[in-house]
Amino acid sequence: MIDLATLSPPVRAGVLVGAVFLEAIVLYVGYGVVEQVAADPIIERIENA
Amino acid sequence: MELFGIALTVLALFVSFGFMVGVLFGFFGMGGSFLVTPALLVMGYPARVAVGSGMAFVFGTAVIATLKHHDLGQVDYKLGGLMIVGTSVGIEVGRIGVFYLEELGLASGVIGVTYVVLLGAIGLFVTYNALNNDGDDDSGGHHEAADQEIDPDAIPDIAKKIQSYRVPPMITIAGGIQVSLWMILGVAFVTGLLSGFLGVGGGFIRMPAMFYLIGVPVPVAVGTDLFEIVFSGGIGSFLYGMEGGVDLSIVAPLLAGSALGARIGSAATSIVDEGDIKIYFGLMLLGGSVAVAFRQAGDYLAIDVLSTISFALIMLSALLVSGAVIYSTITAMREQSTAAATSAD
Repeated sequence: MIDLATLSPPVRAGVLVGAVFLEAIVLYVGYGVVEQVAADPIIERIENA
Repeated sequence: MELFGIALTVLALFVSFGFMVGVLFGFFGMGGSFLVTPALLVMGYPARVAVGSGMAFVFGTAVIATLKHHDLGQVDYKLGGLMIVGTSVGIEVGRIGVFYLEELGLASGVIGVTYVVLLGAIGLFVTYNALNNDGDDDSGGHHEAADQEIDPDAIPDIAKKIQSYRVPPMITIAGGIQVSLWMILGVAFVTGLLSGFLGVGGGFIRMPAMFYLIGVPVPVAVGTDLFEIVFSGGIGSFLYGMEGGVDLSIVAPLLAGSALGARIGSAATSIVDEGDIKIYFGLMLLGGSVAVAFRQAGDYLAIDVLSTISFALIMLSALLVSGAVIYSTITAMREQSTAAATSAD
C-alpha cells in the first residue's frame, strides 16, 4: 500500500487522478459485463410489465 | 459498522447520491460539481476537500459517461478538441477576473448574483423553448450519432441565424453542419470565461450553448461536453490533489454509484424524446438557481436555515429530475414495445 503522504505533491496528485481514472475504467468494464448479462431480462420485464 | 474507515450509512448515502448524479450527468452532461460540492460542504467537509473531491468525482464520472456516449457515436472529437482550446483560454481570463474582483472586495457578491441570474435565465430559456417545441421534430426519441446528417428542421432558429454568418475557415461538425471556426472558438471562450468566473465545470452553460449557438444535436452536445469535462476535471483534480484536496474515501463510493447511473443516463438519451430532455434540463437549472439564491441569502444574512433549505432544494431537484429521466425512459421503452407489437400485428 502506498503512503500518499510520503510522495511529493505532483506525484501524489498524479497517483490520485490515476486511481480515479483506473476506478472509472474498472467500473465501466465491470458494469458493462453486468449490463450484457442482465440488460435483456430487465428490458423484457420493463416492456412486458 | 465501518467499511474502509467509513460508516456504512455514509457509504450507502454516497453510493445512492452518486447514482442520482450519474443519471443526470450521463443524461445532461452536467450537474456534477453544482450538486456534489454543496452537498459535501453541508456534510461538514472543508471547502478545499469538498471542491477537490467533487472535481475528482466529476472527472471519473465524465470518463465513464464519455465512454458510453462514444459507444453510441455521440462524441464529436474534432469539435471537443476545438472547444477545449477556447475554453482553456476563457477559464484563465475568468480566473483573472475573479482575482481582480477579490481585490475590490466584490467577488463573492458579484459571482453569487451572476450564478443565480445565469442559471435562472438559461433555465427559463431552455424550458420556454422546450414547451414551444423550438427545433423539435417530436419523433419520439433521437438517435443522432456524430457522423449522421441531421434534419434542417431540427436546428433551432437562433443556430441557423448564427450559422448563416460564414467567416472562414469553415469547419464541418456533427450532423454535417458547417460552422465558422471563430464561432466555435468564440462560444468556447465565452463558456470557459463564465466557467472560470463562477468556479464550476460549466456543463450547464456549454451544453445549451453547443445546441443553441452552434446547432449541435442534443445527444452529441452532451457527449462532446462530457469529453471536454474529462480534460477540465482531470486538470482540476490534479491541481486540488497537489494541495491535499482529493479524498478517495469520498470519491470512490460516489463513483461506484455514478458509474451505474451514468450508464443508464447516457443510454436514456437514445430513448427519451429530445423535447423532454430540454424540459428536465430547464427545470433542473431553475431549481438550482433558486437553491443558490437561498444559499447566497443565507450567507449574506448569516441565517443557517436558508443554507439547509438550499441543500434540500438541490437534493430534491436532483431526485425529482433523475427520477423523471428514469420514468420517461421506462415509459418510452413500453410505448416503443407496444408500437412494435401493434405494427407486427
